[in-house]
Amino acid sequence: MTPPDDTGVGGRPARAPGARQLTEHRLFWPAAVLAALLLGNVALTHDFLAVRVQNGHLYGSLIDILQFGAPLILVSLGMTLVIATRGIDLSVGSTVAIAGALACEHIATAKDPGSLPTVMSAIALAVGVAAAIGLLNGFLVARLGVQPIVATLVLMVAGRGVAQLITDGQIISVSSSAYKMIGGGYWLTLPFAVLLAAALVAVTSLVTRRTALGMLIESVGGNPVASRLVGIRAAGLLVMVYVVSAVCAAVAGLMISSNVSSADGNNAGLWIELDAILAVVIGGTALTGGRFSLGGTVLGALIIQTLSTTIYTLGVPPETTLVFKALVVIVVCLVQSPAFRARLSRRRRATAPDRAPAAGDVGARQQEVHP
Amino acid sequence: MAAPPTPRTPTGADRPVLEAHGIRKAFPGVLALDGVDLSLFPGEVHALMGENGAGKSTLIKVLTGVHPPDAGTVSVDGSLQWFAEPLEAQHAGISTVYQEVNLCPNLSVAENILIGREPRRLGLVHWSALHERAERLITELELDLDVRLPLSAHSLAVQQLVAIVRAVDVKAKVLILDEPTSSLDRDEVVQLFALVRRLRDRGVAILFVTHFIDQVFDLCDRVTVLRNGRLEGAYRVDELTSVTLVHRMVGSELRTLDELAERSHTGTAATPESADTPFLSARGLARSGAVQPYDLDIHRGEVIGLAGLLGSGRTEAARLLFGADHADAGELRIDGERAVLRSPRAAIAHKIAFCSENRKEEGLAGELTVRENIVLALQAARGWTRPLSRTRQDEIAARWIEVLDIRPAAPEAQVRNLSGGNQQKVLLARWLLTDPEMLILDEPTRGIDIGAKTEIQKLVTRLAAEGTAVLFISAELEEVLRLSHRVGVLRDHRLVATLPNDPTLTPDRILGTIATGATS
Amino acid sequence: MNTTLSSLTRPLQRFSVRHAVRLPLMVTATLLVAMFSIGSLQYEGFFSAQVLLNVLIDNGFLLVVAIGMTFVILTGGIDLSVGSMVALSTMLTAWLVEQNGAPLALAVPLVLLVGAGGGALMGWVIHTFEIQPFIVTLAGMFLARGLCYMISTESISLTDPTTTRIAQTRVLLPGGLFISPAVVIALVVLALAFVVLHHTRFGRTVYALGGNESSARLMGLPVGRTKVAVYAVSGLCSALGGLLLTFYMLSGYALHAVGMELDAIAAVVIGGTLLTGGSGFVLGTALGVTVLGLIQTIISFQGTLSSWWTRIVIGGLLFVFILLQRLFGGSRPAH
Repeated sequence: MTPPDDTGVGGRPARAPGARQLTEHRLFWPAAVLAALLLGNVALTHDFLAVRVQNGHLYGSLIDILQFGAPLILVSLGMTLVIATRGIDLSVGSTVAIAGALACEHIATAKDPGSLPTVMSAIALAVGVAAAIGLLNGFLVARLGVQPIVATLVLMVAGRGVAQLITDGQIISVSSSAYKMIGGGYWLTLPFAVLLAAALVAVTSLVTRRTALGMLIESVGGNPVASRLVGIRAAGLLVMVYVVSAVCAAVAGLMISSNVSSADGNNAGLWIELDAILAVVIGGTALTGGRFSLGGTVLGALIIQTLSTTIYTLGVPPETTLVFKALVVIVVCLVQSPAFRARLSRRRRATAPDRAPAAGDVGARQQEVHP
Repeated sequence: MAAPPTPRTPTGADRPVLEAHGIRKAFPGVLALDGVDLSLFPGEVHALMGENGAGKSTLIKVLTGVHPPDAGTVSVDGSLQWFAEPLEAQHAGISTVYQEVNLCPNLSVAENILIGREPRRLGLVHWSALHERAERLITELELDLDVRLPLSAHSLAVQQLVAIVRAVDVKAKVLILDEPTSSLDRDEVVQLFALVRRLRDRGVAILFVTHFIDQVFDLCDRVTVLRNGRLEGAYRVDELTSVTLVHRMVGSELRTLDELAERSHTGTAATPESADTPFLSARGLARSGAVQPYDLDIHRGEVIGLAGLLGSGRTEAARLLFGADHADAGELRIDGERAVLRSPRAAIAHKIAFCSENRKEEGLAGELTVRENIVLALQAARGWTRPLSRTRQDEIAARWIEVLDIRPAAPEAQVRNLSGGNQQKVLLARWLLTDPEMLILDEPTRGIDIGAKTEIQKLVTRLAAEGTAVLFISAELEEVLRLSHRVGVLRDHRLVATLPNDPTLTPDRILGTIATGATS
Repeated sequence: MNTTLSSLTRPLQRFSVRHAVRLPLMVTATLLVAMFSIGSLQYEGFFSAQVLLNVLIDNGFLLVVAIGMTFVILTGGIDLSVGSMVALSTMLTAWLVEQNGAPLALAVPLVLLVGAGGGALMGWVIHTFEIQPFIVTLAGMFLARGLCYMISTESISLTDPTTTRIAQTRVLLPGGLFISPAVVIALVVLALAFVVLHHTRFGRTVYALGGNESSARLMGLPVGRTKVAVYAVSGLCSALGGLLLTFYMLSGYALHAVGMELDAIAAVVIGGTLLTGGSGFVLGTALGVTVLGLIQTIISFQGTLSSWWTRIVIGGLLFVFILLQRLFGGSRPAH
């Protein structure tokens, strides 16, 4: 008999340790891109990496990137879980707007806008409504079997109208120092938004990796048929990820509205769903579901935020960021596309000498085909 | 290798319309076809038979231009042909109808027949001419359909007929039917055969791929049998009996297998059957289009083998016992209690486990690691809130990797990078870990090397000795006989017999049952 | 064979099947009639042909864009880039005509070419690299919008005399009614699309592709070519829609047509086209656009309701129609 067939890992030549292993780490490329972007910025502005202390707060471009990137990190966090199940959530932008509108409306009409109970109830209201939005999306996807992109399109369209309905088409300004804390305040010298985002990332990552949630989500996204045969209750998981996604978007909405002390139903969180999808994809989670990487997503969101900052520093109209984002989407998707890889390797193989038909092939056939 | 007999064609045509000679085709790691010949004469229905992996579908793909052959020639009407893609084969007069209806359900019957070559007037589709032409084709073939209705309004069988009409209208000289009957019921098959006979009478050469022995004798004039990618032989059907045909397919070596004496039934003449109530008992369990009503009892500590040709309904019967498909009729008792298995989850709750034959699509989550795949079923049963600690997972993975000798012994390797045999062991580990009372193994030893195969067989024997009920599905009779206490024989989606594995049960007897349906 | 039975049940079967395919269309038509009736009963001056014509005048560009989208959705794809492509067209036209003094006769074909070319490019990437249409057209969306800003971040007004003259032209109809040339163009596009989809080989291949792509391939249909063509059609329609919008607004602006892809998708779905592809009518899309327009009209007649109700109602309708699609057309799995 021939030795065990050649598809096994064991058959592969042993990896060179060190450099090779590093580049094969799934976070390597996003981290490298982020580092390159930051270094590029240093070349432009020499004190880019400098962080100074002023009034007991940390200031600097890096801190800005973290603070302005915090909402995107949160939205991307929820989106990562949705995408891992082979889904997509287009309604997060609307949810951002609704959450901000609800909270600001509640505070603005409250008797004492500055008090902690008012702010807490505003937050509870926003998060509660977001959870309901997530439940609706999850119900459409998990129970009715509507394609995720279609199911979440409904709220993507209607949600902004609802947000404007809440604010009555106005931009609602609030003056509440307690509310301002969420997106604009500082705690322990750091922007509170950054701490909040970090805490939520940490909690999500703990919950998914310390419980079996992450593994089951990856199994459902990676192979739904096998997951059913293994007895995984996919419907519950699906509803859960859409709820988490909506709640994350709501917290991001609170941050955004708190930072500017106002709610704008029309423009808050506009296109954030697309940025979030982009962040997830850059972070190495495939749109086809399965394995997800929260760390990658955070890096992806930071890359996008750094890109925006860089464009701003360059003095180019900030709106042209879109062109760069387009290029990033195209490159990342091509790299992830099996068809593209196949083409590349075909080209590469065409230049290499053809593998001679091995005698082992016959042996392998005997294994595959039984009498 | 048997040389093809001098063809005496039923129609007396002296030259084959399609002739393949010395076809060889290798895929990475597999030599799928090795020097296969085939000749098709106008006006004959020619069966192509062989067990799973014999190379039937590869041969069809070579004939229709899907795969180029590595060696050998294909000639049509005596001239050599080289098809780079399916369309070229179609233009040369070779049309194929696949097992799944490859038409567009949203288009009308007429369009499905003629799309791509619609009659046109001034560049626009000439609808009335299109309907007329479709109508004419349909009536010519003595069918009765409304060509204006969308295809989806018709049953699967009618859709299959429409696919044939489309194939024939390409002025087909050769029509290849790839398992067209596998999901049709008896009446629908009759309808299909009537159409095939009419086409034959008009001089079309038909290559008919099927797993159903009866259909060969009903319909076909000649049969070519492939085995292990080689030509076993070509025969006139009227010179064969069903038993000889099955022997040719499965391989005559089996008849000489006399070491079967070592098989388990010698020591265990008293099977656990007589003992208590069976662990699982099915009465009249059925699902239309998949398996006819069947009765089956499985006791603890008993191994029931399911034998039958590919497509005979073995997997379908097993899936009903696991709730993977929902039974339309019949009842199931587990430990004497009535049970309704609405989902695999329900079956798992009854401590039933199922290792699918289709490891890649139905078994493993390829991106996940060996460790994760092993603990998946156990974890799914516990729910996500009660995770197995990482240390537990590592222990479990390490233990099962050792017990089943999974190679490489790397719990963190992605499971898709493992070889077939090791993937199978991962699946086994996953289910054994849940400590099942009944284990359903669907072709657990297919495509894996001898060493792993023996280990899996030993494992089955041991599990049964420890009191697990096992349903063991395999195309290898030797294996089924070696392991089983009783053997259920399936034929044409019907469980035709459940035979005790006593010394009188030989591969020949099982083959006879498979071939004729009689238990003799 | 049960000839007698099948010939007995045939008329019934035929009715029910055709009915099922056209059911969404009938629902939309009924909805339209109901909305118009309610509007007429509630508001003075609503019941007039000109109100309906105004809906077309205000939404002619959307109709053109939605027609392109119909082609894409019929194949089972989606095109998120249409809104940005519309904006890019307005920007490109304004820039060419206003800032470079190019004659319209040159600018118009150039803009159409850019639209069709961009669409074809996206179609090619989708087909060749087997990437989801959603993500490729998302990149297209970013790119087109970004290119707008590269031309200018400000709005460019059109003051060119020929352009303004065309923009102010009215086509008079009997009975004192009038429409704009844009409506005529939109209706011509609609008629063309109808003929192409229902009476050409290309159109039937579009339906076949949406019915079952792998079957279409095995049936020997030109799958790749058709896919590329469908996105090119959508790009072309977006560019044409952009031109119409330029005349309607008399300006080019990067923030024109924000979210128009959503309106176009909504119009297509409300018009009864299945988002999974293969079933639907371009005439339904016209009805869908009219429904969207009527919602705006009713809300403006109402006076007290604010404009955001439009979005909410559209979202609600989308929800209802998606549910209807699941209930009546749900034979195919969604995943």
